[in-house]
This record gives sequence, structure tokens and C-alpha cells, in this order.
Amino acid sequence: MVDSGDTAWVLASAALVMFMTPGLALFYGGLVRTKNVLGTIMQSFIALGVVSVLWVLVGYTLAFGPDRGGVIGGLTFWGLRGVAGAPSEVYATTVPHAAFSMYQLMFAIITPALITGAVAERMRFSGYVLFLGLWSLLVYAPLAHWVWGGGWLGDLGTLDFAGGTVVHINAGAAALAAILYLGPRRGFGREAFVPHNVPMVITGAAILWFGWFGFNAGSALGANGLAATAFTATHVATAAAILGWLIPETIRHGRPTTIGAATGAVAGLVAITPAAGFVEPWAAVLIGLVAGAVCFAAVDLKARLRYDDSLDVVGVHLVGGIVGALLTGVLASTAVNAFAGGIDQLGKQAVGVGVTLAFSFLATLLILKVVDVLVGVRVTEDEEITGLDLSQHAEVGYTFGERGGGVVAEEDATVDLTQAPAPSLAGKETR
Amino acid sequence: MKLVVAIIKPHKLDEVKEALRSVGVAGLTVTEAQGFGRQRGHTEVYRGAEYQVDFVPKVKVEVVADDDQVQGVVDAILKSARTGKIGDGKIFVVPVEQVHRIRTGEMGPDAI
Repeated sequence: MVDSGDTAWVLASAALVMFMTPGLALFYGGLVRTKNVLGTIMQSFIALGVVSVLWVLVGYTLAFGPDRGGVIGGLTFWGLRGVAGAPSEVYATTVPHAAFSMYQLMFAIITPALITGAVAERMRFSGYVLFLGLWSLLVYAPLAHWVWGGGWLGDLGTLDFAGGTVVHINAGAAALAAILYLGPRRGFGREAFVPHNVPMVITGAAILWFGWFGFNAGSALGANGLAATAFTATHVATAAAILGWLIPETIRHGRPTTIGAATGAVAGLVAITPAAGFVEPWAAVLIGLVAGAVCFAAVDLKARLRYDDSLDVVGVHLVGGIVGALLTGVLASTAVNAFAGGIDQLGKQAVGVGVTLAFSFLATLLILKVVDVLVGVRVTEDEEITGLDLSQHAEVGYTFGERGGGVVAEEDATVDLTQAPAPSLAGKETR
Repeated sequence: MKLVVAIIKPHKLDEVKEALRSVGVAGLTVTEAQGFGRQRGHTEVYRGAEYQVDFVPKVKVEVVADDDQVQGVVDAILKSARTGKIGDGKIFVVPVEQVHRIRTGEMGPDAI
């Protein structure tokens, strides 16, 4: 039966989680160079378009349709048929099925968008869009089914309150595959790749934090005590993770940085995601502190290993996700929920981590190979030097002052993107 | 006529402008500039990656003066732009062949 309080909270949470994807766009957008700001923002924003449409068609039913052998959902809900005002018989039985479906959609949108940070400033837009669609249906939907849709990982007893495995380890493992497949940016290790707008990074991180209350507390799927517990754990873990990052950063580099504070916060949000509905506040603080410090160490190590994980998706989402998943197995408390931490639970968590990592990594490599053959995954050298904004989208993020030129006459209006080098900033000649 | 080009510390711009006014300068051009001299740049840290930044922000002030005014202009800049610390900048004086005021078409010292 539909409960009005639960429905209100789940709908509000869906909107909060939706807002995380544009927040991520700003977070990533500020971290790249000026010439790639729009291309980077677009990789997140387009996920709202592509994944939403696919979700309606078959995404939802593959993830949450009636279970087929523990592996995938049946096609009962294709086109979201029958997903309406009455609750599902299986999931979130006090809210309309449509509310549950839309709430889950927002998770499906942000997960592939997270991957883009790892291969920032070098992915071809057409190849990315194809990758996005395939990955959403072939990696995200099955994994969501395994953990939440009545599949075999959930049956095994792996605890994942709000998506530590399905969202973060999944995105992080896919990021690792993408880094290895695409290779580093041109000039990596020689040129300075300096964030072009740090206030934008902080704004994005703040929006992510805000939206994450919907992500975690909303995962209680009701307006209840569990939601409040998850809300508390989410906030205090994030706060602790800022300190967990800044303390070792200050010791090692001499100053606490604002990007460090923002990144530490995101690491804390990632790590508390699987644990939010299972741990007490003190344990959440501990998870945050550990996640902040471990993710700082991972990002620092990456710099020495010379992998071009451009915006640290592996260092924050994969490493933070693993920290959270394993600590959930240790720190889960019956004072909060029905599960207690211990060796047995830790083992189940490790299986969840291992399976997610292996499946996502291999499937992502395969999809990238297919996309590469069909349309290409990487921009050309000229396009990369020009920047994604102009080469992929025919626009620039910031224009200052007069640039010469004017409106292009009708018969010349098509910009020829195949020509090299890409169209110059000076604008086309007018008639 | 001479063109006096001064590269100065940005925070000294107001003092330099007032000093030039007080010696009778009626107009000048200011450009934000960057470069390096003996003053060293700085290090920035982004997620543990340290970058050396060599170029230091400066302001370039350009003034055209008649020959008998040039020394006064240079002295005014020397005095007002100096902090005594490294990085105070440079002054270049170069000859100017022609000056035209666009609105009236006046030429030479009258156009300064």
C-alpha cells in the first residue's frame, strides 16, 4: 500500500540524486583545462539524456524485472509497462512503482558519468555516446540486478546499502579498464595539466554532497529511522574524510588544498555508501577518516606509477568503494540494522568486491574494443590539441572580448569537422 | 619623443599612476603581462602533483613623453614602483617616430 511519507521522501531523493550528475559535471569540468570544459561537462550531462531513454525502453526491466536465473531481469517491464502508481510487489512496497523506477534511474545515470573523469580530455563524443548506451545495458543493468534486483550477489549476502559495489566499484573498475585502453593524454608527464576553475570544483563537490543525502538516506526507500541513520552516517563520514585527506596532504606537501578538501569529501561519500544503513555514527567517522587517508595515498601513488587517471576515478571511487565495502563487513552493527560485522560478513563483502571488479573491468574492455572498431573511442591528435569543446561540440566555454568575424552566411553554415586542423577560434569569414 | 615602457609589480600601479600624473603625464596605457626575470615563480599543488610556475604576473605601463619630459617620467616611475625587493621590474626608453591624435589629426608633441 502506498505510504504518503515514504513516497514523498523517495521522490525527493530521486530529484536529489538527479542533481548529482550536473554536480559531477561541474566537479569534473573545473578540474580540466579551459579548452575541455564543455566536452567534460557534456559527458555527464548527455548521460541524463541517453540513459533515461534506455531505462524506459529496457534498462529498468533488465535490472529490476522478474529474476531470470539470478543473472538478469525479464522483459516484463519494457517501456515501463505496468510501472505506475501502484507499488511493486517486490521492491519498495510502500511507494509507487514509478517512484522506485525513477529513483533507480538516477543511479544508472550517474554511474557511467563517473567513469568519464578517468579518460577526461581525450574521448571522442560519438564513441562515448555509444559506449554509454552499451555500458548502461550490458554492465550496469546486470550488476544492479545481481545486487538489488533479486540476483545472485544479493542472495549471497553481500551488504551494499546504497551502491558501493553497483555504482562506485563498478565505475572505478570500468575507469581502470578505460585508462588502460585509451592510454594517457598527449603531453602527460611533461606538460602541466592544471585545473582551470577550482571554485567550480568546490561547487560541484558541494552539490554531490547535497545530492548524496538522497543517494544514501533515500536508499532506505522510506521516511523512517533507517533513513535518518543513513543520513547521519553519510554526513559525518564525509566530514571526517575531509580531515582524513587534508592531514596527510599537509604533512606531505606542506599545505592543505581546497581541491584536497573536496576530493576527500567525495572519497568519504563513496566509502560510506555501502555502509550508510548498517553502521553507527562513530563507525561512520572511522570509515570517513580511513577513506580520506587511503584515497589520498592511492592518488599520490598513482602519480608515481604514471597512470593517467586524469581526475582520479580509480583512486577515489574504486579505492574508496573497496574501503567502504570491506569496512561495512567489519563495522555493521545490529544496533542499526539486522546485520553484524565479522569475518564471515567480510568474506561475503570481498566476494562482492572481487566479482564486481572482474566483471566490470572485462566487460568494459570488451565494449571499448567494439566501440573503437565501430566509431573510434579517442579523438585525433589535432582534435586533442584543439580541445574537446571546439573539436567535438563547435563551441567554447568562455569568450572574452571581441574575436572578429560575424554570422556565417547560410550556404557556408556547416562546419566541416573532418578538416584538420579544426576550425580556428577566429571565426569564419563573413560575406 | 620617447616611449617609456615600465614593467612593474601589479600592486604598485596606483602609486605609479599618481606619480606620473604629478609630473604632468596626461595619458598612459596599461597591459596585464607576465614573464620572468630574477624573481622566481612559485609551486602549485593539485592532488599531490606539484607544478612549477615560472611566469610572474606583472603590469606593463606605456607612456609617450616629449624629450624634455622623459627624465621626469622615468624618475617618477623609479621612485613610485620601487619596493627594494627583487622583482620590482624594468624600465625601457625607446624612440618614437610619429604620434597622431585620431580624433583631430594633430601630430607630433601636440598629439601626446
